[in-house]
Parts: sequence; structure tokens; C-alpha cells
Amino acid sequence: MVIRKLFRQAVDAFEERTGLIKFFGDVMKHPVPPNTGWWYVFGSAVLVAFMMQVVTGIALATRYVASSGSAYQVLEFITYKAVLGNFLRGMHFFGASAMILLVGIHMIQVFLMGCYKYPREFNWLSGVMLLFITVAMGFSGQLLRWDQTAVWATVLAAEMLGRTPFIGTYLARFLLGGKTLGGATLSRFFAFHVFFLPAAIFALVALHLYLVIHDGISAPPVPGEKVNPKTYRAEYEKLLEERGVPFWPDAAWRDVVVAFAVVVTIASLAYFVGPPKLGGPPNPSLLANDPRPDWYMLWYFAVLALLPRGMESVFMVAAPVAAIVFLLLVPVLWNKGERHPSRRPWAVAAVIMIVLSIVAFWIEGSISPWSPKFDAQPLSAALVGTTSPPIVAGGQLFHDKGCEFCHTIDGHGGMRGPDLTEVAHRLSVDDIRIRIANGGGNMPSFAGILTHDELDNLVAFLESRTTLPPGETSSAAGPAAVAQSDSTRAVDGRKP
Amino acid sequence: MASETRKPSQGEALSPERRRFMGRLSIALSAVAAAIVGVPVVGFILGPLLVTDKDVWRPVGAVDTFKAGETVSVSFLDPSPMAWAGVSAMTAAWLRRLESGDFVAFAVNCAHLGCPVRWLPKADLFMCPCHGGVYYADGSVAAGPPPRGLFKYPVRVREGQVEILASAVPIE
Repeated sequence: MVIRKLFRQAVDAFEERTGLIKFFGDVMKHPVPPNTGWWYVFGSAVLVAFMMQVVTGIALATRYVASSGSAYQVLEFITYKAVLGNFLRGMHFFGASAMILLVGIHMIQVFLMGCYKYPREFNWLSGVMLLFITVAMGFSGQLLRWDQTAVWATVLAAEMLGRTPFIGTYLARFLLGGKTLGGATLSRFFAFHVFFLPAAIFALVALHLYLVIHDGISAPPVPGEKVNPKTYRAEYEKLLEERGVPFWPDAAWRDVVVAFAVVVTIASLAYFVGPPKLGGPPNPSLLANDPRPDWYMLWYFAVLALLPRGMESVFMVAAPVAAIVFLLLVPVLWNKGERHPSRRPWAVAAVIMIVLSIVAFWIEGSISPWSPKFDAQPLSAALVGTTSPPIVAGGQLFHDKGCEFCHTIDGHGGMRGPDLTEVAHRLSVDDIRIRIANGGGNMPSFAGILTHDELDNLVAFLESRTTLPPGETSSAAGPAAVAQSDSTRAVDGRKP
Repeated sequence: MASETRKPSQGEALSPERRRFMGRLSIALSAVAAAIVGVPVVGFILGPLLVTDKDVWRPVGAVDTFKAGETVSVSFLDPSPMAWAGVSAMTAAWLRRLESGDFVAFAVNCAHLGCPVRWLPKADLFMCPCHGGVYYADGSVAAGPPPRGLFKYPVRVREGQVEILASAVPIE
């Protein structure tokens, strides 16, 4: 009893001097609209993911050395030797992934439910800034994984910044910490990743939460209930008075359940999947590399590959600016009226279009059909399918001259160019010869690369790529192909 | 009596003019203090933009070690290596010895977005692993998205050594 009484007195003394218990009690129990449901949990889920990032990040920082010359060895130590190091790296990686994913979902929910409309425009604006800072955190975090991929991702980012008119070179040098990648680069990213950007996130999250309290959580949208800035606050106050429920625990329990699920999911992925494998050492003179961004930027990687030639410079500068301007203008242009998605078909269509586009580009980026398949092995004798010397030689040339890096035959090879498994059905001998010699589209001209004999052999090999029995020809082939319908005869007619 | 004792303190209140002056003085002092701290901080962070490191000639091998008609990768220190940079201070170029005996050094960075291009000696082509840029042996664009050919570094021969002018990451 004495201890309890002393504890009580200590708490009272603390409260009398700080008022914090009442302050946080009022915040936790502030009234919110009823029936907010499961759609309203994503904001707190992002916050939980961010808190995980702070905690795991601080722990990792106790071992990390932000030196270009040592960071890779430190990462090897953290990953392979430090107690729970691999798990913690995994938590930090999947925490970042969760944060980006949940920020996106939260933003979509806020947009579709019209929660950004009056009086919550500034909360939307602070959220937009948080979105971009979160992506910047993810990117700078990938670079702190100071391996081959990080090095080339840094160069890639510098090149993109370099396309900015007038100040591009300065921006690139600011990013690199000089005119080359080196000693100044990593410490720069470290400072941004652990000081500048988190400080900005803390400040913006504080503003975001303050505005949530100041303006209240928006009520679930109802078709036909329009936002009118002149009457909204009075209507909202009336709703809270009549039907409001305390945030804790009536609404907060769902946030806790989802937060728990987020923590368990991140920890499970960290344990069972683990962090991204370390690439080779951060030596820019090692060139056998295939840099790829982390998953959340893969869609943008694909966009840059698929843009029409010459469009990159405009797109790389204009698109991010346009996206930022558009997102900032959303609450300015549409801050009143209908909130329910069923009454805002264009809003729904825009979200579906953007999500589908990103997913489509993401899938394409994960396949990266435009990338040469450097590890393609020479076609086996079974795949070549004959002992005819010109065809065998052509099959070898198909690999040696890099054709196989971009073209597939019977499932072997790259996907940059058309599948040539049955090319003899589609192209005549002359067509094949002309295409190889002249190139075109995304194919180099081999006229100056192949000798006459090599070209003959390669054409012979491609001419033999048919599933039709000898003596038959496809009606799809051109007249020249019809004239030389028996590929074996045509090839055998040449001198190797 | 109590109210009379408080009167002198009320009389100590600043006059409107003085209040305005003190307010402006406070803001001005705060701004100057912020500048005293902020200017060197910003200057330090932007320092790399103000420093003009010179390009440096780096030897990459004896002339005789390079065969005419061949293209090989050579690695060397970047122009401004820092003591703690470790292997990240290394850089590379594709060095081609022409039949005439002259040398051409190509940047390893794809002109599209800077990824490291690979030389395929049997195909006589450079290929980029990122977005499929392809270049001919002379560095000109053969296919894919690069807007221009490979960047080139100046090369010279000094005392039997091939030297490349180590320069900035090629950004255009």
C-alpha cells in the first residue's frame, strides 16, 4: 500500500508539473466519427513501419561505418558474423518496403475517399512530401548497402540528375560529393539517410498528426454528402457530438491489430527470406555487373528502357516535376464536393490506371526483356539439330556474335529481339540476310562485323530454324523463301 | 494597496515604438545568428561544387602489352581519390589499340544512364546490361536507347606507358 501511495504521489507530482498525462489522454480519447472501419488503418501502419525503421536503423548504425573504403567489409560483418545482424538487415529492408507500400495504399485510400478535401488540404500536402521523402529514404538506404549495385545505382542517379537543364552537372556533383564517385559519396548518403531525411520525416509526421487532431479524422464518405467549406466544420462538430466515439480504444484497436500484423510480417520476411544479398565489392572498375534498383523502383527502370529514343531527358526531368505539381494541386483543384468514390468515377479511373501502369511496368522491369542475356550458353548440338557444317558454324556464330544475347531459339537466349525458333517461317533467306547486314530498330548492323562466309553460315543456320518437315514451307514466308523452300537443300548447296 | 504596488511594474511595459523596435531587433539578431551558423554549414555541404579538381594522367600499362585491333578494360585511380575511399576510388575505361597504333579510350559508362557497358570481343560490340544499349567498336551507337556514342577520354603515350586522362564521371 505504501509503495502504491508513493507511486501515486509521484505520478501526481509529474502530472502537476507537466500536464502530459492529461494531454496524451485527451489525444488518445478525442472523439472520432463512428464506423471508420478497416480502411482507416494504413496511416498508423505507415507510422509503425517508420518506427521500426528508426529502431532497426539505430541498431544497425551502432556497427555501420560510413566510409567508402570500409562499409562493404562492415556490411559483410553485419550480414555474416554479427549476432542477429542478418535478421536486423532483413527487418530494415522489409520495413522500408512496407513503408513504401503502405504509404502508397494510404495515399490511394485518402484520395479515393476524398479525405484530402476541405479542411484537410494541408494534411494531404504534408503527406505528399512524406511520400517523396520516403522514396528518397529507400533509395539512399539502397546506396548504403555499399556494393556493386549501390555504386552503379549512384552513377545512374547522377546521370539522371545530370539531365536537368542548366544545373544538371551541379546536381550530379552534389549527389556524388565531387566529380567522381569515391570517398565523399557514401558519407554524404549516410548523412542524408540518417539525419536530414529522418529529421524531415519527424517534422512532417508531427505536422501530419497535429493536423489529424486539429481537423479530426474524416468521416467515411457517403454518396450525396458533399463537402461545403462554409458548413463543413459545423456539420463535423455535430456528427462528433451526436455519434462520435473515443479514438482509444473504439477505433484504435484496429490500428493495433494491423500494426501487429505489419510487425509480424516484416519480422517473418526478415527471418525466412532475409535481406538482399550483398553484391560484389564497390569497385567501379569491375564491369561484369547487372545493376537493378530495389523492387519499388523497378517500374521506373522499365519506363526508362521503354521510352522512345530521345525522350529520356525530357521525361526524367519533366515527369517527376509534373507528378509533384499534380499531387500538390489535387487539394487545390478539388477541395469540395462529393467524396464517395461511386460519385467520382474519374478519380477511381485515375487510380486504376496509375496502379495498373505501375504494375505492368513493374512486371516488365522484373523480366527486363531489353537486357542482353550475357550468360546465354552456345546452343547444344541437339538444338542445332544437324551436322551440316554451315549450320553448325552458324549456330556457333549465333552465340559468338551476340545474336543469342538478344534472340531466343527454342527457349534459349535473350528476349530483346524476336524469337527466332521458327524464323524460317516468317522471313525469306534474302530478308534474313538483309536484316542481319543492315540491322534496324533495336538491332545493330552486322555488315561490318561479319565476313561473307560468316554471314552465309549464320543465314544458313537461321534458315534451318523451322519446325516444318523438309520440303514444306510456310505460306507466311516471302517469295524468296518459297523459292528456296527446302532449307537443307539450300544450305547444302553452299560452300562452307 | 496591493494594486498600487503593482502599478510601477505596469509602468515598465515597453512603449509601442520600443516594443516594435525590440521585436524587429530580436528577429534581426535571430536571422544574423542563423546566418552565422547556416552559411558555413551550407557552404560545407555544397563544397564539392566549388572545388575544381584537375584531371590527372594515369598510366594504364606499357604500350607493347596492347595488341592492335583489340579492346581491353583498364582500371586506374580516379582523378581525386581520397585516402579512405578504398576500392571505390578505382575507375575503368575500355582501351582500344587501332591498327594504326593509336589508342582510343572509351568511358565504361553507357551514354544512356551510366551503367557499365561490356565489350564482346567476338561480336565487336559493346552492350549495356541495363537497358540494352549497343555500340560499335568505334563507340558509335549501334542500337537501343543511348542518345549518343560512348564518351572518350584523352589518351597519350609517355615513356612507353599508355596514359589516360582520368576525368569526371561523364555526365551530359
